[in-house]
Amino acid sequence: MDAKELIARRVAQELRDGMLVNLGIGLPTTVSRYVPAGMLIAFQSENGIVGFGAAPPDGMEDPNLTDAGGGYISALPGAFAFDSAVSFMLIRGGHLDMTVLGGLQVDAKGRLANWMVPGKLVPGMGGAMDLVAGARRVVVAMQHAAKGESKIVPALTLPPTAARRVDLIVTDLAVIAPTEAGLELRERAPGVSVEEVVAATAAPLIVPPEVPAMRFAGIM
Amino acid sequence: MRKAMTAREAAALIPDGASILFGGFMGVGTPTRLFDALVARGARGLTVIGNDTARPGRGVGRLIDAGCVTRVVASHIGTNPVTQQKMIAGELEVELVPQGTLAERIRAGGAGLGGVLTPTGLGTVVAEGKQVVTVDGRDFLLERPIRADFALLHAFEADYYGNLTYRLTAANFNPVIAFAADCVIAEPDEIVPVGVIPPDAVRTPGVLVDHLVERPR
Repeated sequence: MDAKELIARRVAQELRDGMLVNLGIGLPTTVSRYVPAGMLIAFQSENGIVGFGAAPPDGMEDPNLTDAGGGYISALPGAFAFDSAVSFMLIRGGHLDMTVLGGLQVDAKGRLANWMVPGKLVPGMGGAMDLVAGARRVVVAMQHAAKGESKIVPALTLPPTAARRVDLIVTDLAVIAPTEAGLELRERAPGVSVEEVVAATAAPLIVPPEVPAMRFAGIM
Repeated sequence: MRKAMTAREAAALIPDGASILFGGFMGVGTPTRLFDALVARGARGLTVIGNDTARPGRGVGRLIDAGCVTRVVASHIGTNPVTQQKMIAGELEVELVPQGTLAERIRAGGAGLGGVLTPTGLGTVVAEGKQVVTVDGRDFLLERPIRADFALLHAFEADYYGNLTYRLTAANFNPVIAFAADCVIAEPDEIVPVGVIPPDAVRTPGVLVDHLVERPR
């Protein structure tokens, strides 16, 4: 299992039956592959559908049925479609149980930066600011480091996505819960020691006496 | 009753320098024939307001490619390198607005409201220069309403009263922008006789629609 699959599989363990969930583009999207058997999750695509499924076979695409990246999707039985105002009423109004987003940085206060790099990358925030401000639970799914630099930092050096503290960070090395007191190390990746996680993290970590390894039933 | 006009006739109604709200999300549910007609008539100095600038050669991206646009208000331009190049070159002014805030600002503009109070953007660059309003101990950002000279919609079906329906994710911003412009032009995939669309199925009431573009040939 590679780093991205490990992250996606661990995030999928946060899903609960009946949740309404919005997955960001990139790595977060792959979480939908690992929904535990028998669990019904309503996935939202913010361009206007809840209850979408995988891309249809060639020749069965509908040009009016796409995800937020413009890629073809399908509608599962029970799906519903809506306009952009309704979409963000779901997101901002406290109706969205969980969002999973990629991250460029998370800091010691649990603040997320994921929408721009000044002078380099100005794609725009899309729905990210609304998702972080409005979702009941915000899970950040990202690699622990980029180009050898920890993405978990004492204080953000990139523009924040919201003032809100995110609820959980899942990386290829660890599961970390931002709390009032600071970043609490909850789990480590299989084969990774607590010392290795601490060394790879630029922000201070609160390390409890016992830090279990992530568990993947039937795999490791 | 409205007689459908050609996209070219509709584009002739839109002067250079006009502000335009447009429907579309990554080029899906977007009035492509109207964009093409604006490009063909060599429109200049347009302000376009919508979710994103799609990709080069797609949807509103065609207007940007052709140099028709001088100002963009959108939530996302990351999929269109031409928008970014023109922005860096100083040919295009870009205002980035969070997607949900954009929808609500347009809704406020169309609903006669003086603005919206949203938690989105607090503690970020979006909040710079904006008033923070505290309601029951919770902070919100005051965001102003958006209106435009024109709204260009894509719809699935229209009737000759201008009643509109949408399909799946092609609705996106279209139903919202129909309320927020002085002149509303709809580009449907199909036009059906009045009475064919059941009243409960109408998503945009015909009273909002000023002009209909004829069905694609």
